[in-house]
Amino acid sequence: MEHLISLFIKAVFVENMALAFFLGMCTFLALSKKVETAIGLGIAVVIVLAVTVPVNNLLYQNLLAEGALDWAGLPNVDLSFLGLLSYIGVIAAIVQILEMTLDKYMPALYNALGVFLPLITVNCAIMGASLFMVERDYNFSESLVYGVGAGIGWALAIAALAGIREKLKYSDVPAGLRGLGITFITVGLMSLGFMSFSGVQL
Amino acid sequence: MSDVKKVLFGPILSNNPIALQILGICSALAVTSSLSVSLVMSIALTLVTAFSNLFIAVIRSHIPNSIRIIVQMIIIASLVIVVDQVLKAFAFEISKQLSVFVGLIITNCIVMGRAEAYAMKNGPAMSFLDGIGNGLGYSAMLIIVGFFRELLGAGKLFGVPVFETVQNGGWYQPNGLMLLPPSAFFVIGLVIWALRAYKKEQVEEPEFKIAKNSRSQEAL
Repeated sequence: MEHLISLFIKAVFVENMALAFFLGMCTFLALSKKVETAIGLGIAVVIVLAVTVPVNNLLYQNLLAEGALDWAGLPNVDLSFLGLLSYIGVIAAIVQILEMTLDKYMPALYNALGVFLPLITVNCAIMGASLFMVERDYNFSESLVYGVGAGIGWALAIAALAGIREKLKYSDVPAGLRGLGITFITVGLMSLGFMSFSGVQL
Repeated sequence: MSDVKKVLFGPILSNNPIALQILGICSALAVTSSLSVSLVMSIALTLVTAFSNLFIAVIRSHIPNSIRIIVQMIIIASLVIVVDQVLKAFAFEISKQLSVFVGLIITNCIVMGRAEAYAMKNGPAMSFLDGIGNGLGYSAMLIIVGFFRELLGAGKLFGVPVFETVQNGGWYQPNGLMLLPPSAFFVIGLVIWALRAYKKEQVEEPEFKIAKNSRSQEAL
């Protein structure tokens, strides 16, 4: 249990998806102009990560890993090279299913998330979390905790950046730095702040 | 001829995928702590973009509109698997350093973005060149950032010492911050500033204009 809690804290702060690994940067920079949209997108990312990472974990453990097809009488088959293709397929499918389910049962949340849900398929944070899960050999419960933690970390970062950018638009920025340039430097400073967690050992 | 030149070299300065189109930033930041790794990443991405553009342009009139994203994804993912396996076979050390970022070429917005915006509408030859051009624009950015980060962070280029560091009895005190994640943001931010100082038309309009001081006392 303790192990899982420390994994969670690590995924949220120390190994923050956006600020330490730069994953999901395109959406992170493009959609962080308003706090409201940023929070909506953040929630969508948490939900999708919490579902896709464990599902990809099951897929990897039971079908793709070396020797995983033992139960089908094929102990020598190693399909791990098909990983990339399968993960992206799973992510695209789950996002689609989630979209339909939300549309049917939770129309309020569906409307709030709007266009962001389909966009999440091509968000590198989602794919990145699945690849990290494989690289670090997480088991099922670890991958569930990691998925939720990574999502919350990302949501936290984008909400914070949106808050800063809402204030920043009133400041007098040198012409060449306006917009994208100053955002990069702001994110750099935030990332510097998050570096202070890097010594934390749990 | 001028068309070819525009498609091939336009993305480097006047329509850079990273600095202007905000595409493919994730990997640009993460793999630039040393120059050789950024070079390998640039080559990998240029090849994937060029060939995915080529294949998608070849079959573009046969792809039903409603499933085009999935078809594009499959083509891109297959190309990335090839690149990943080749790197693992011939450059294992570098493939370890790139870790998940080769796989993440699949979700790199440059590849998807160019397939959707260019290859679906143009012929195979021009699409191939557009892929190469955008790959070059991405590579230029990666190599500039990698150059500064490795030179200032470790005093080396391609792993060869350029500035003799203090630890080895030289004069250069390496700036460790340059090897850490935040410096990538700062370097890209400054490169964008330099680029926009040179190409004025890329400067963004301010969302909010500060009003002039109406009375002279307010300025004090």
